[in-house]
Order: sequence, then structure tokens, then C-alpha cells
Amino acid sequence: MLDFLKNLDRRWIFLLMLLSVAIPILLQAQFPETPSELSQVVFEELEKLEEGDKILLAFDFDPASEGELGPMATAFVRHCCEKKLKMYFMALWPVGEQMIVDNINRVIKADFPHLVYGTDYMNLGFKAGNEGVIKVVITDMRQLYTTDADGTAIDQIEMMQGVDNIKAMDLMINISAGYPGTKEWVQYAVTRYPDKIRLVAGCTGVQAPLLYPYIPQQLPGLLAAIKGAAEYEKLVMDKYGERNAEGEIIEPGKYFEGRRRMGPQLVAHVLMVLLIVAGNIIFIADRRREKRQ
Amino acid sequence: MKRNIPLLIAMIAGFVMIVAYFIPYTETWGDTVIVWFDILAAIAFVLGGGNLLKVHLKKASDQVPGWGYSVVTIIAFVVMLGVGLGKIGVNPAAKYPEFAWSGSYREVGAPFWWLYEYVFKPLQATIFAMLAFYVASAAFRAFRAKNFEAILLLATAFIILLGRTAAGPALTSWFPDSIEGLEADKLTEYLMTVFNTAGNRAIMIGIALGTASVSLKILLGVERSYLGSGEE
Repeated sequence: MLDFLKNLDRRWIFLLMLLSVAIPILLQAQFPETPSELSQVVFEELEKLEEGDKILLAFDFDPASEGELGPMATAFVRHCCEKKLKMYFMALWPVGEQMIVDNINRVIKADFPHLVYGTDYMNLGFKAGNEGVIKVVITDMRQLYTTDADGTAIDQIEMMQGVDNIKAMDLMINISAGYPGTKEWVQYAVTRYPDKIRLVAGCTGVQAPLLYPYIPQQLPGLLAAIKGAAEYEKLVMDKYGERNAEGEIIEPGKYFEGRRRMGPQLVAHVLMVLLIVAGNIIFIADRRREKRQ
Repeated sequence: MKRNIPLLIAMIAGFVMIVAYFIPYTETWGDTVIVWFDILAAIAFVLGGGNLLKVHLKKASDQVPGWGYSVVTIIAFVVMLGVGLGKIGVNPAAKYPEFAWSGSYREVGAPFWWLYEYVFKPLQATIFAMLAFYVASAAFRAFRAKNFEAILLLATAFIILLGRTAAGPALTSWFPDSIEGLEADKLTEYLMTVFNTAGNRAIMIGIALGTASVSLKILLGVERSYLGSGEE
């Protein structure tokens, strides 16, 4: 038996992982979420803003991390719509622009159709240059952005009037899957103008430990991975319910995507703990057997 | 000449950036350098694409082991580039109906959108999702409590794995008030904000010092390895 477990075919482990993810998805298992202090801070930063305030949303992620970051992007956009903020979208990742378009279609066009492009929200699109782009947009974004993502001249867009750089924003949200992302925004934008640029962020689980050192001075709030998204969704849903700012019923399912994805994550985490325990029991038993022999 | 001019460009650009950071009057100089950098970064996409084609065409023509993957790469590259740049299947924009290419390549239903939505997106998501299987296998085979450090790492992993889901609070919420801080979610937060932050800050300071010294060596022309060997 010990030899069988010691040399267990890894496909059995793959099967266990498949079941631990698939079963909660099929059963639609959901668990309660209690918002952490960091999620609460992110929520409060947006709540402090007034109608018509400007907010920059930098979507620096791609489909590979959509599973982790998509729900928080959706929750952020909904929160901004509810607060009637002026939303400026941009991306430092080539496919980030597609993430922006997805969220505009899923949230703004679907549940907030009264919002007008160019007046309430706009998409600046992707620009190559990583932190180079950040260094330009903090002083003179018109050097780099002459048109929006669809090719309309910046000067013809109503909500760009008087916006020369991102210091004009009342808050900035960055959703980050790696480089360039939150770390670069902190280092090149917030650190340069700590009194003028305020940043909150959402990031993948592996990035979170690297961003904690910037909390709370340079980064007041952080949503870490799908759990952060689930907590934020709860805060937004508790406050705004299932109706949009105009009182129309929205499709609530997509605003609980984070909580839905926490189900498989919980079971997968428990499986990981069990696998580590099992692996160590086999290791200790094997060592004892070797000693006896 | 081939090495001295790039060296000079790097020196001037680097020193301008340093000066621009500390002297507000010279801030616009730094902006100009950065705009040049952004233009170069955009051009690098073209160079990157050309290099990708060169490498994989050579692999395919030499029929080295795994050359089939190179063929797939070339086809994927050419198709995405052609469909996107050529705006194939894109409807004219409502504003300019007489111009066939005036529509957005991203519009829902367009071939580029279709390729992104049904090929690129599922492929990327699948590759990322496969990590879970390999991590599970590695956890079973490699995560061993062989010594004190490994036990510490294991204990931390358990706390974080459970504390980052509803399982942690569910398992430890019965703890009496006197040891409330040991509840999984609270312990997770404590580990992240205290031990993790302290360790990461130490590493970051070390990296920053190293980066500063290497940067100075590059700007002064002492470190030249970034220019390549000089051989074709």
C-alpha cells in the first residue's frame, strides 16, 4: 500500500483536482464572505467621491488572469457607474484593451445604457511602453494620446476637456496581473506625486505579497485575488442592491461572479492541504520503514 | 562606433532622466526622452514580430525537432496579424459608411473578435488553469517537512490556504475571545502584514540598492554587457 501511494500516478491527483473544481461549479456552491479591512478601504475610497468626479481605470491584465481579476473589474465598473463618476479607461497590456471593451459591454452598455460615451466614460486604449507610458501620462498625456481607442481625436471628446494628465483624476484604480501593473503605478506615479495621485488596486494572488509593503501610504487599499473580488462584490451589492442608479433592475448574477468562483477555490485549497498532509504521512512512514530495514 | 553611439545614447538618456527627477525646470526634458522611449517600444513590436517569424521560419525549414509547433506559431501569427491589420470582415462605421475599413476591428462578430473570443481567450485561460493541476501534484510529491524551515513553510501555507477561503473562519470561529487572534483569517492577515511585509521590504531595499549600483555602472559605461557581444 505504501509503495502504491509513494508511486501514485499523478493522473489520480489531476482527477482529484478536476473533481474538486468541477463539483462546486456544478452544484453552484457559494459561501459567505466577510469583507476584510483592505477591501473596505477600497470601497470607501470610491464612496468618498462625488458625482462627476474623474476616475482612471487601468486594466493591466489579460484573459489568462481574467478568472481571478475579471469579477473585480466588473464590480469596480459597476461601482463607478452607480456613483456616476466619469470613467477613463486605459491599458498597459496589449490585451487589456479587450478587457476594457468586455466590461464596457457587460456592465455599462447592458445595465447602465443611459451613460454616454465621451461624456460619462471613454476608452483611451492600449499604449506600448510599460512604465514609460506612466511617466508620460503623469505630466502630459496628450503627448502620447492624440486619439481614443476608436481613433476619435482627444480634443473632440467632451470629458477630455481640461484633462492634461492623470493628476486631474480624483482617484485611480489599477487591476494588475503582473508587469507592468500596480507596482509600476506606485513607483512611477504615486511616489512622484503622493499628494495628487491616489491609487487603489486589485491584483492576482501571487502579486499580493509583493504589494503589501506599499500599504497604506502609497496604496491605501488592495483587493487580493478572487477573494478580494468576492468581498468587494458583497460591499457593492449590500449598498446598491439589484437596481442601477436609474432604478432599473440589473442582472445580479454577473455581479456575484467572484463569490461564485470562491466555491471551487475553497474546495481546491482544502484538497491542497489534504494532499500536503497525505504526502508527508507517506514520507514519514517511508522513512521509518527504511530505518527499520 | 557601433558600441560607442548606443553607449552615448544610454548615458545621455539616463542622466537626463535623473536630472529631470530632481530639478523641476528640466522635467520636460525627461518627458521628451520618455516619449522617444515609448515610440521605440512601439517599433520594438515590429522588430519582435519580424524576429519571431525569422526564428520559426528557420526552425520549420530546417525541420528541427518540434518544427510542427513553429508552423502553428507562424500560421497563428500571420492569421491574427492579417485579420487585424486588414480589418477583414469589419463593417463600415456608421459615421463613415462609404469607407469599408472605417469600422473597428474589435466589433462584436467581426473575424478578429471571433478569433480573440473563441481561440485566444480560451487558450490563455486553459494554460493558466492547468497550473492548478501541476501545483496539486507538486504539493503531494515535493512539499515535505524535512527540517524546521520546511515545517515553518508548511504551517504558513496551511494558514494562508485556509485563511484565504471561508474554510478558515468556519474551522476556527469557535476559538474563545482570549485567542481570537489565532483564527485563520486573522492569522492570515497578520502573516501578510507583518512577516510578509517585513521580508518583502528587506528584499526590495536590497534590490533597489543593487539596481542603483548597476544603473550607475551602465550610465558610466563600466557595465556594457547589455550591448551584446558585438559578434554577428
